[in-house]
Amino acid sequence: MEGSYISLINSLPLVYSTEKLKDERHLNNRFKNSEVTLVCLPKRVPFVLNFLKNHIGSQYSMLTMVSGVDFLGLNQRFCVVYELLSLTFNNRIRVKAFLAESSSVPTACFVFSNANWWEREAWDLFGILFQDHPDLRRILTDYGFEGHPLRKDFPLYGFVDYSYSEIKHTVVAEPVQLPQGFRSFESAVSW
Amino acid sequence: MLLKKDLLSREVKHFTINFGPQHPAAHGVLRLVLELDGEVVRRADPHIGLLHRGTEKLIEHKTYLQALPYFDRLDYVSMMAQEHTYSLAVETLLSLDVPLRAQFLRVIFLEITRILNHLLAVGCHAMDVGAMTPFLWAFEEREKLMEFYERASGARLHASYIRPGGLAQDVPEGLLDDIYSFCDQFPLRLDEMEEMLTGSRIWKQRLVGVGCVSARDALEWGFSGVMLRGSGVAWDLRLNQPYEVYDRLNFTVPIGKSGDCFDRYCLRVEEMRQSVKIIQQSLSLLPSTGPVKSSNNKITSPSRYEMKRSMEAVIHHFKISSEGFRVQPNETFSATEAPKGEFGVYLISNGSEKPYRCKIKAPGFAHLQALDFMAKGHMIADVVTIIGTQDIVFGEVDR
Repeated sequence: MEGSYISLINSLPLVYSTEKLKDERHLNNRFKNSEVTLVCLPKRVPFVLNFLKNHIGSQYSMLTMVSGVDFLGLNQRFCVVYELLSLTFNNRIRVKAFLAESSSVPTACFVFSNANWWEREAWDLFGILFQDHPDLRRILTDYGFEGHPLRKDFPLYGFVDYSYSEIKHTVVAEPVQLPQGFRSFESAVSW
Repeated sequence: MLLKKDLLSREVKHFTINFGPQHPAAHGVLRLVLELDGEVVRRADPHIGLLHRGTEKLIEHKTYLQALPYFDRLDYVSMMAQEHTYSLAVETLLSLDVPLRAQFLRVIFLEITRILNHLLAVGCHAMDVGAMTPFLWAFEEREKLMEFYERASGARLHASYIRPGGLAQDVPEGLLDDIYSFCDQFPLRLDEMEEMLTGSRIWKQRLVGVGCVSARDALEWGFSGVMLRGSGVAWDLRLNQPYEVYDRLNFTVPIGKSGDCFDRYCLRVEEMRQSVKIIQQSLSLLPSTGPVKSSNNKITSPSRYEMKRSMEAVIHHFKISSEGFRVQPNETFSATEAPKGEFGVYLISNGSEKPYRCKIKAPGFAHLQALDFMAKGHMIADVVTIIGTQDIVFGEVDR
């Protein structure tokens, strides 16, 4: 099994294979668990996905999910993870693209139809911009919600509190006021 | 009466209606904006997120063990299947082995969960389409199964029974006998239900040829589980990427032919029969004694008995409940065949006791996305059939 992964990766044209990343901290866990990860530049994502989907030697015909990850504090802050599944060869591959907060990824909607909602979700929760996405609306959060809740700098309790105002006869939003500061129980002592 | 010519030739605009979020056939809180041309659906735009609870964000702030109960609450009709996927992911990160007895017990409860889910899926689908009785019968059986849940874990629904490293506790005496006798009578109940539905003319008129999905489209839209197999793709993670002890069990996976709602209904019923078979086999193969959780007490809590006798066990218990356990930096994607389809957990650990990122891949999310594609050109009443056949539960779609 392991061998077939490696030969597949070697068969990829050079431009599609792993590219040098500026920050090695992104990659400290690349080939563990025999799960294969491919890292590419954001702008090449559609090409790589298209290759993996349609090449006779890979046939990753199903996009399982698209996920965002926030590495707060790193230069390339966000990571977009595409999880692919090949039914023909019964294996999975993960494609990753790292990008800075100000940049964007081309959409994969034109390669896999179901990337649409997954990318909307990543946009909604992380604020990752997908270029040329046909319908980049918020999906999981409320209508009119502000901010991107899964970012690491978004507090768990959020920014606003909603309540029903008897005076105004409507739902009003007020800034969150915690009677006690939020406590995160980080244990210093490891065992 | 005089009619102006331009009035006659004016094009009729599409009619837009809101379906839900309070509609009983919307299976919870689905708001569907339907664009209609007469009674024919031209476009369906599902608005989801009305049940969004920020599970993924909450999990990032909890220890690995505290995060487990959130998985029960995702798809709240197939609870253990999801905590199992999460446990598998954590076990992969820790390279933890699970004792054999625990693996068999897991399989038994996973299949009980599958029956629980399919009973609700078929029952509610029938009710949406207009047949009230099978729903009531299905809930009678569900009640028995939830009692098994309760006897094993103490909770009827949100069990938190399958945990990283094994199970929360061993099953009580007599439970396995009762599961065995349930398996004896359950196929008969299924026969009764099939008598009401499978041959029924009305049921067929509503289901046959509705919501057809070709194998190609099913792959393109990322379908999994029954939705994929209904279209004739032989893909079941229990067979193709076996986990736990599924490779030792003998069962068949039914495959559909035409990919319509009726095929998927037939598959669900047949899967329930296969689940019964799996439970019976697991019951006979189950080692009669042995531990049900890993002996690594840095991960799993020691038994009550040990805690009364050993200081070390008390310390382990205290550490696990107060601080949790640390997981080396790594990442994994674990997927299992949940009743609704492929349920996946993408877990990134960073060496602390809390997951750095936990992405939940819910099968319902992918299925609901294709609603527009499936409902296009169908009557508005067929939308209800399609939502029913997709087996949507909003706990997992909205997370």
